[in-house]
Amino acid sequence: MSGPVLLPRSLDEAVAALQETPAATILAGGTDLMVAVNAGTHRPEAVVSLARVPELRSWRRDGDEVVLGACLTYTEMEHGELASLVPALCQAARTVGSPQIRNAATIGGNLGTASPAGDTLPVLAALDAVVEIRGPAGTRSVPVLEFVTGVKETVLAPGELVTAVRLPVLRGPQEFLKVGTRNAMVISVVMAALVVDLDGHTVRLGLGSVAPVPVRAREAEAYAEAHVDWEGAGNGRARIVDAAVVERFGELAATATAPIDDHRSTAAYRRHAVAVCARRAIERASS
Amino acid sequence: MTVTTDRQERLRERLGSSAKRPDGIPKVQGSFAFSSDLQADGMVWGHILRSPHPHARIRSIDIGPALAVPGVHAVLTSDDVPGDKTYGLEHADQPVFAHDVVMHIGEAVAAVAADHPDTARRAARAIVVDYEELEPLVDAEAAITAEPIHPDGNVFAELVIRHGDPSAVGEVVVEGTYEVGMQDQAFMGPESGLAVPDGEGGVDLHMSTQWLHVDRDQVANCLGLSHDKVRMTLAGVGGAFGAREDVSMQVHLCLLALHTGRPVKMVFTREESFLGHVHRHPARMHYRHHASRDGKLVKIEARIVLDGGAYASTSRPVLVNAACFAAGPYDVPNALIEGWAVRTNNPSCGAMRGFGAVQVCFAHEAQMDKLATALGIDPVELRLRNAMKTGDRLITGQLIAGTAPVKELIETCSAAPLPAEDPDPDPMALPGGAGRTADRSRVRRGVGFALGFKNLMYSAGFDDYSTARVRLENGVATVTCAAAEVGQGFVTLVQQIVREVLEVDEVVLAPAETASIGSAGSTSASRQTWMSGGAVERAALAVRARLDSGEHEPLEETYEHHHPPTSPLDADGQGDAHVSYIFAAHRAVVDVDLDLGLVRVVEIATSQDVGRVLNPVQVVGQIEGGIAQGVGLAVMEEIVLDRGVVRNASFTDYLIPTALDMPEIAIAALIEQPEPGAPFGAKGVGETPTISSSAAVAAAVRAATGLELPRIPIRPQDISLAASPV
Amino acid sequence: MSETAAFRLRVNGTERVVEGAWIGESLLYVLRERLGLPGAKNACEQGECGSCSVLLDGTLVCACLVLGASAAEREVVTVEGLPNGSGELTDVQQAFLDEGAVQCGFCTPGLIVTVHDLLERNAAPSDLELREAISGNLCRCTGYGRILAAAQAVVAERSGSGRSQRETPS
Repeated sequence: MSGPVLLPRSLDEAVAALQETPAATILAGGTDLMVAVNAGTHRPEAVVSLARVPELRSWRRDGDEVVLGACLTYTEMEHGELASLVPALCQAARTVGSPQIRNAATIGGNLGTASPAGDTLPVLAALDAVVEIRGPAGTRSVPVLEFVTGVKETVLAPGELVTAVRLPVLRGPQEFLKVGTRNAMVISVVMAALVVDLDGHTVRLGLGSVAPVPVRAREAEAYAEAHVDWEGAGNGRARIVDAAVVERFGELAATATAPIDDHRSTAAYRRHAVAVCARRAIERASS
Repeated sequence: MTVTTDRQERLRERLGSSAKRPDGIPKVQGSFAFSSDLQADGMVWGHILRSPHPHARIRSIDIGPALAVPGVHAVLTSDDVPGDKTYGLEHADQPVFAHDVVMHIGEAVAAVAADHPDTARRAARAIVVDYEELEPLVDAEAAITAEPIHPDGNVFAELVIRHGDPSAVGEVVVEGTYEVGMQDQAFMGPESGLAVPDGEGGVDLHMSTQWLHVDRDQVANCLGLSHDKVRMTLAGVGGAFGAREDVSMQVHLCLLALHTGRPVKMVFTREESFLGHVHRHPARMHYRHHASRDGKLVKIEARIVLDGGAYASTSRPVLVNAACFAAGPYDVPNALIEGWAVRTNNPSCGAMRGFGAVQVCFAHEAQMDKLATALGIDPVELRLRNAMKTGDRLITGQLIAGTAPVKELIETCSAAPLPAEDPDPDPMALPGGAGRTADRSRVRRGVGFALGFKNLMYSAGFDDYSTARVRLENGVATVTCAAAEVGQGFVTLVQQIVREVLEVDEVVLAPAETASIGSAGSTSASRQTWMSGGAVERAALAVRARLDSGEHEPLEETYEHHHPPTSPLDADGQGDAHVSYIFAAHRAVVDVDLDLGLVRVVEIATSQDVGRVLNPVQVVGQIEGGIAQGVGLAVMEEIVLDRGVVRNASFTDYLIPTALDMPEIAIAALIEQPEPGAPFGAKGVGETPTISSSAAVAAAVRAATGLELPRIPIRPQDISLAASPV
Repeated sequence: MSETAAFRLRVNGTERVVEGAWIGESLLYVLRERLGLPGAKNACEQGECGSCSVLLDGTLVCACLVLGASAAEREVVTVEGLPNGSGELTDVQQAFLDEGAVQCGFCTPGLIVTVHDLLERNAAPSDLELREAISGNLCRCTGYGRILAAAQAVVAERSGSGRSQRETPS
């Protein structure tokens, strides 16, 4: 393992490589990094590729949780058992880019890039996911909402890398909706991820593309929790029957956002679309 | 045996058959040489430095830091242009390199040649340009009277069409103001080419373009060389749609090659491609339609303003087209059309499929629907009552002498069966697609209908011609013609024509180039089937005549094919400006998510006026592809500008339809009425599929929502945040 | 150029050596400019068009988003290396020609690789599955109609008789 492009074969090697070459760029799926390299806006001095680190490439069940390796691809999230354990993540994965992108892009890369439009981030926010980080000083765990600190900014320090994401497996409906102006392969204008925990009696709503960082609609969540018929939820759905409650849930969701006008949409539309998506998500979860 | 079978198969590939493309096998194998695939020994890479500002004065340019980058072979600016400092299709106002003032974002300021594309890019970034930013003029309407931003003024063209009685008034009057955003051709193969110096002061340029000879002339003028010292050869073209009609990198490539004495290759990035070619003109159009109570059009008034951007390109003829076809394919006794094409600091606009007819079609068809509502007449019936026919006059006073099967188009297209609504649709098939946003109870279906038309070939006095040579030797026909194959299938048609005329099986196409043959004109204006197809036919007929009179091979004939002369419009916009017209009807079915404003185009039925079908598969390909661009303009495609700055110069944010966005296409009818005077009776079908498909989709979305929607592309917020309740 | 890389990879079954590459070069650039394989196309270099689709260790990816040097020791299949048995063309390539799916042809190689990959995993895709599978491959000429027809023709022929025998995966 030498030269400016390093291909570590284990997590230890990867961490060592990053320590030896502090200026190195971390390469996961490449779908964000290579866009910048091809455009000449990022000129790497050295690269540490994580593609061959086996520990990062798989996921495992750990009690009431699943632990996803950072280099798990969207295609791997979209299919198989994981899709039934964390349905919202599967739905979000299917909306990412194209099949080619989903074959390459990784959940760790989505976190590392920390774009406001990162497709899995609202789901991870709704699930209170915990990001596991390894660096020269050892390991640490950071809740996802603390991990992303701004537009394309994270708590990662030089020499650190994301190794895994820890998610709860919950009993209850999950929904993910993404608004874009094309039917596929589109950057989101608004995203909403709804997770209902029938055992914990919680409703969680993560929102994306409506603020510099993924946000939770806490007020809407509390309002919904107070109106779910938890005792009558025996069929596995979170029953809310009152149309006025659904309406109010959407309104409250919109208040959690701080959207902007940009070339993809307007702040006003984003606020409106959040309310619509939140309503539809909770209606689907109820039906 | 195999040879005989192949021969028989090829002989069957005459006119009217779905003959196979001669370039098809290399294209599916990946070995077809597109302009970006070319390489040469000792080659270096070119890169252009572009202005980050839409309007600025250049105080100084320091190329020293770029020259100091190891691996750099040349750094050139305006001072290094030996001939004309500007070029242009109609009016030479486009600088090779901005010298004093930059007029639009992405304008070329300097060019670099280096040993690696990354070196060239880094060196270009090392050039220090001191800009004094100037206020950009970005409002086309304001530009008409604003202080000139260029020595040639702000108005590229201004015209009026006065037809019939200007004081005529209808019993029912409807009016509206309509807008079309800036669409991009968005071909897949980026601008690219290879220039090779010949060591004797001349240069060979291999380039993807639409019109070799006019490129060659502009390049030679800027290089200060006689035209024969610049030889252009067509390299594989990855789509065009109008965007390759203007010169892009041609002069820069040749300058770099002549300065370095080496072959130079350049490939635009996708961002450069968006910044480096012209777009479809954004339009603002105010219309007033007058009709009698029984639904006959009495008068149409329109005021059309096209934003031509920084340089002239083809703004003038685009405006002429927009004005000539402003009333739609209807019998209109009285009209008053005023039009302007103006200069702004927005990106330059020029040719794109439909060439002025697309913008006015959106407006005149919205007006026809509005009129139908006001009259209480079915919109299809209203169109039938006013349908143009042979013997009618265009609003320019010109007699429609050729075929005009508008009634047949309306009747067949509107009679096509409507698609059934799926009672249990896959979420992927609903508005929003993969995003799973739709709530079926809030999805409404709408149906819209639109007609469009335009001219075939160049108009208004332009001497339009094409040249072709056919040589028959040892039973093999070789065709030489400089017509640019851009994907449309002209190369297939050439073989079909020659097989038809000469009854030979083997037809070889010589490379398209400037050195060996005269101009074929541009691959645009739906003209190559008529112009170059006609030239090939007549050259082949001349060979055939000599064969029939007993002469022996080798036989060679060259033919220069001109279409009948046309006249410019007079001061009242009257005159016989056009040769022939082509018409189409589209009916769109859409599903709209009322709350999110997302649109799913479900189906487009179409009837097309084709004259005669020469290759059924290729005709279908033109129709489906043209409709895709119309669908894109209706619901997603727009260059987003912010005070002259392009905000979405990428395929990430300039969205074109994917396979999940394209509806089913139902071809209701291909109306075959041979066009008098046209070779084989065929009309070029490249543009009409695009023209009225956008208008039909917009009409369908109006029908689903009840909203006026006077602008395309229709954005989600235009529906979901509309003031009127849905 | 500053930092350079040297590496080996297997392309279409052949061991290839790359030397003196700038470390930022994509696999697409390496294939096209260093290894003489122009079949994968350079239309956007952002992973937004699919023109550069190749198989990397059997997985469909955009070659423009693969760092060339990170593909060291891996197996790449491009349009030039699709298994065509003893014939000149694969059944997908032949169907693209027969159905009129080729116009300018710039998107064609990427689409052919994508359709091959889809039909390996799903021999009988529905219309929507087919559209979703090619939704990452932009085409500006055809409106996709003839491309979908070509893919459906391959599905029909592979599920029937005769034509499928032409396709002999290596």
